[in-house]
Amino acid sequence: MPVLTASLTLASTMLALAAGMTFIRLLKGPTLPDRVIAIDLIGVLMVCLLVVTAAATAQQAFLDVAMVVALISFVGTVAYSRYIERTRS
Amino acid sequence: MTEWLSSGLFVAGATLAVLASIGVLRMPDVLTRMQASTKASTLGLGCLLLGLAVRNPELSLVIRAASIVAFMLLTTAVSAHVIARAAARGGAPLWDGTVVDERPPEARGADGPAS
Repeated sequence: MPVLTASLTLASTMLALAAGMTFIRLLKGPTLPDRVIAIDLIGVLMVCLLVVTAAATAQQAFLDVAMVVALISFVGTVAYSRYIERTRS
Repeated sequence: MTEWLSSGLFVAGATLAVLASIGVLRMPDVLTRMQASTKASTLGLGCLLLGLAVRNPELSLVIRAASIVAFMLLTTAVSAHVIARAAARGGAPLWDGTVVDERPPEARGADGPAS
């Protein structure tokens, strides 16, 4: 199936490019919420890459890993936001 | 046929993820960056998981993919709201072209717009 292999390669390359661009925002970000948004998007892109890896290797364990990464990324984002609100007030 | 459909869904999901990161990189403001990130990332992940479920429709895989999609749809809204509230209360500067800001003046942050 060359079509599927090509599309998986293209998708993972584009996801890596997206992670690189988000990392530029993480480095630049003028305020702290910008950096939190960038970290959140990097977590989502990591979940996307894990889904692509699960499709490429036909291993369903990567989907469990993706679910756990999504959970931890959400908890981390909420914790960072609470931290920002507490320190400002 | 199924291969073409799932390949198209994979490429579409990756394209949406690239669009989300372009939005995060180029949008002028915290709140606009946040909406670009959340909207396109949920849609991109949904497309990728739909492509995975179309490719091999086994029951366990479809259930896992559907639970990941449901979980992301729930949590992305919550985390976007929490970040936006933290940014708005912390007085993040808005874009110069912002048309309306319906918050009362005492709810705006320290260095918000002066209007």
